[in-house]
Amino acid sequence: MSSLNSAIPPGPLAEKWTRYKDSAPLINPANKRKFSVIVVGSGLAGGSAAATLSELGYQVKCFCYQDSPRRAHSIAAQGGINAAKNYQNDGDSVWRLFYDTIKGGDFRSREANVHRLAEVSSNIIDQCVAQGVPFAREYGGLLANRSFGGAQVSRTFYARGQTGQQLLIGCYQALEKEIARGGVTMYPRTEMMDLVKVDGHAKGIVVRDLKTGKIESHAADCVILATGGYGNVFYLSTNAMGCNVMAAFRAYKRGAYFANPCYTQIHPTCIPVSGDYQSKLTLMSESLRNDGRIWVPKSRDVAAKIRAGKMTASDVPDDQRDYYLERKYPSFGNLAPRDIASRSAKEACDDGRGVAKTGLGVYLDFRDAIDRLGKDTIEARYGNLFQMYNKISGEDPYTSPMKIYPAVHYTMGGLWVDYNLMSNLKGLHVLGEANFSDHGANRLGASALMQGLADGYFVIPATLPSYLVNETPGSVTTSNPAFREAEEAVNARIGQLMKNGASGTRTVDSFHRELGFLMWDKCGMGRTKEGLEEAISKIPAIREDFWANVKIPGSTSSLNMELEKAGRVADFIDFAEMTCHDALNREESCGGHFREEYQFTEEDEDVKSGFTNPGEAKRRDDEFSYVAAWGDNGPGKKPELHKENLEFEAVTPSVRSYK
Amino acid sequence: MNLTLKVWRQAHADDRGEIKTYEANDIPEEASFLEMLDIVNEQILEKGDDPIHFDHDCREGICGMCSLNINGVPHSKEKGITTCQVHMRKFRDGDTIWIEPFRAKAFPIVKDLVIDRTAFDRIVAAGGYVEVRTGSAVDANSVPISKPDADAAFDAAACIGCGACVAACKNASAMLFVGAKAAHLNLLPQGQPEKDKRVLGMVRQMDAEGFGNCTNQYECEAVCPKEISADVIAKLNRDYAKAAVKEAVGR
Repeated sequence: MSSLNSAIPPGPLAEKWTRYKDSAPLINPANKRKFSVIVVGSGLAGGSAAATLSELGYQVKCFCYQDSPRRAHSIAAQGGINAAKNYQNDGDSVWRLFYDTIKGGDFRSREANVHRLAEVSSNIIDQCVAQGVPFAREYGGLLANRSFGGAQVSRTFYARGQTGQQLLIGCYQALEKEIARGGVTMYPRTEMMDLVKVDGHAKGIVVRDLKTGKIESHAADCVILATGGYGNVFYLSTNAMGCNVMAAFRAYKRGAYFANPCYTQIHPTCIPVSGDYQSKLTLMSESLRNDGRIWVPKSRDVAAKIRAGKMTASDVPDDQRDYYLERKYPSFGNLAPRDIASRSAKEACDDGRGVAKTGLGVYLDFRDAIDRLGKDTIEARYGNLFQMYNKISGEDPYTSPMKIYPAVHYTMGGLWVDYNLMSNLKGLHVLGEANFSDHGANRLGASALMQGLADGYFVIPATLPSYLVNETPGSVTTSNPAFREAEEAVNARIGQLMKNGASGTRTVDSFHRELGFLMWDKCGMGRTKEGLEEAISKIPAIREDFWANVKIPGSTSSLNMELEKAGRVADFIDFAEMTCHDALNREESCGGHFREEYQFTEEDEDVKSGFTNPGEAKRRDDEFSYVAAWGDNGPGKKPELHKENLEFEAVTPSVRSYK
Repeated sequence: MNLTLKVWRQAHADDRGEIKTYEANDIPEEASFLEMLDIVNEQILEKGDDPIHFDHDCREGICGMCSLNINGVPHSKEKGITTCQVHMRKFRDGDTIWIEPFRAKAFPIVKDLVIDRTAFDRIVAAGGYVEVRTGSAVDANSVPISKPDADAAFDAAACIGCGACVAACKNASAMLFVGAKAAHLNLLPQGQPEKDKRVLGMVRQMDAEGFGNCTNQYECEAVCPKEISADVIAKLNRDYAKAAVKEAVGR
């Protein structure tokens, strides 16, 4: 076990970023042109980084698995993006955004990174508006805001329920502008299969052209991964079908550390699962909690009648409804943070008071908001979300409440990075959801878009020179033997997958489902030592079965979506094992990581004093105030733990109460 | 429910391609259309055959990846949705469903139902942006934009680039796609400096890609999953005419 150097600059927290920028090395324009940069991923983080680095003069190559960079999964973000503009005059500031994010993350993120994020948040909004992103506006022509969970101010900018789409299109247009100028070469339908290391530095990647199956190497002076999260390890999640951990996991196999994989965010407001055939879960934006009230019946009998179709929500009088978030968290109410809202829904359903057919669902009710504001106002605010709900469920949320249940949504863990967003592998930089640094154990709503764009537009352009100034541009080319070795490894792995080809007995999806359900059951909303040990003991059998029996027809030299999925699932299996080790190691509850052994009980002083409730997550700061960064130890072996101790200078970690 | 599927199968870009018939049995009516295809593909895989390839990703109607002609209509005959938002409860037991790719010369078929829409990216690269270097923006509230203008720009910006408009048009015209992007940016103050350059560049690229001409039949509007109005085409024609005249007289 070793400790990690996070390279946090000296000085008071609020001055670190300014001082860093004042003293960081610069590369003059003529020299920037000589450096090449590989960016993997074209979402908000990757797209904004590729566009901005190209504007600065670097030669950029950008890769994505979709048919166009405009389709990266950032596009699906609905609700909004936070920024400390204080346009509402409601007391917001950089400090408050910083503090809310640190507290929201249950004091498991790095202060310096989070403060920087809050500082650049305002620039993001300026940049996006200048690009033509059509944010919501007031009648006076100025920008509108709304509230999101975990904050008592309105700092969320939004574009109807399609904020991610509009931000990504702004970013994509900037990227296309640079592609047209010749600064960026774009490789769509291309998947990263391996990272290439030369003398310990990340100097290139091996990719597969998904249309032709061709394996190809690309060399550069540094590599940036912006490849998103790993939520699909649970099979069912709100992620797009193609989202996967392969790029990050291949980097891990090459020596990069993977930090806090057990911090997974279960989003409270998703459409409940309805059957085995289901391929994904659909999120209903957190913004709905501005006006929707969450409840279940007080009585189990009433809930049972609703499940059996003998009663409906409107048959339940007000005094028989348990608006449990308003009851438990009076000052935040329905806008309690995501981890807390999710666990409360699970508790209500575990108590037998769920209202969906499966028993796993609670109401999100707009009756009172429609009475207060009128149907037109609600339609203007949430029309497209209501329509989406109606399309999927066949029910009308204007007349009967939505049914929702938590689902895997976002992953706070990711490749370990220092303040420069560089991994422990020199030259490998990681941005957006793919890194671990800003959200701690739980991400607040509307902060993912903020972080992706902060990393890409403002942070990496300023921090990349710190690495590049010590490098000779163009010193590594694909003729280096490391590329041939990596290509051979990729070909060997594909060959191994295809060995059984058409004679295999089980489909890729069947393995993915088996793994996902095991993870959801043992490493989902509630985790225990026994459950995690059971998962760790079962995963090797899934892996063995997978490699022996997976069925993949077709050829390697053309579009073969089963082969693509197989490669991703193979990595998810190994990744799941590491995640369970992390969850087992972290003997505390914090944010999205809830170990049932560690929760507040009636015996605790903070409960007796009324500060918090029994059943809330109990952190153990004395032992676990650290980032757990895991290093690969080879196949089938427990990964090695490296720690970065979290030091809090500006805030004092406290029991997180939203009462 | 039990269904008969007539599906376009084409091994690669140069293959001739043909319709093949599949039986889809025991499909739950809560399933989405693409989940129905998942179930059929599992059955095809059980037999060791190559599954039906189709594009899809977010499965919530926003990424624009899914692109099926369902019974001859892009994204099905239901209004305002993408293929991934079509649910089986809209079909009846015993139905026969025809499934084909979006067809256009500028969207070559890659395999089965998967098409290449990179022509759209090249059209955007020809002017569908505001040239603003990162870091050079002024405060976001320094340029007020009236709510109706902002809303109209948003309506156009809602385009997901799926290509249904092209697939529905007998001429495979991309005017709704180009008009939507031009309207989004041309309606905003930020888009004014490059307005002429934008429309000239995008329209010329559209022609170079092999998309056809618009003959005002509005099939595009009828199938657009984001219900973008064909008014953007009229606006594009106006903006283009002005820009072309200015270019011709050298201003």
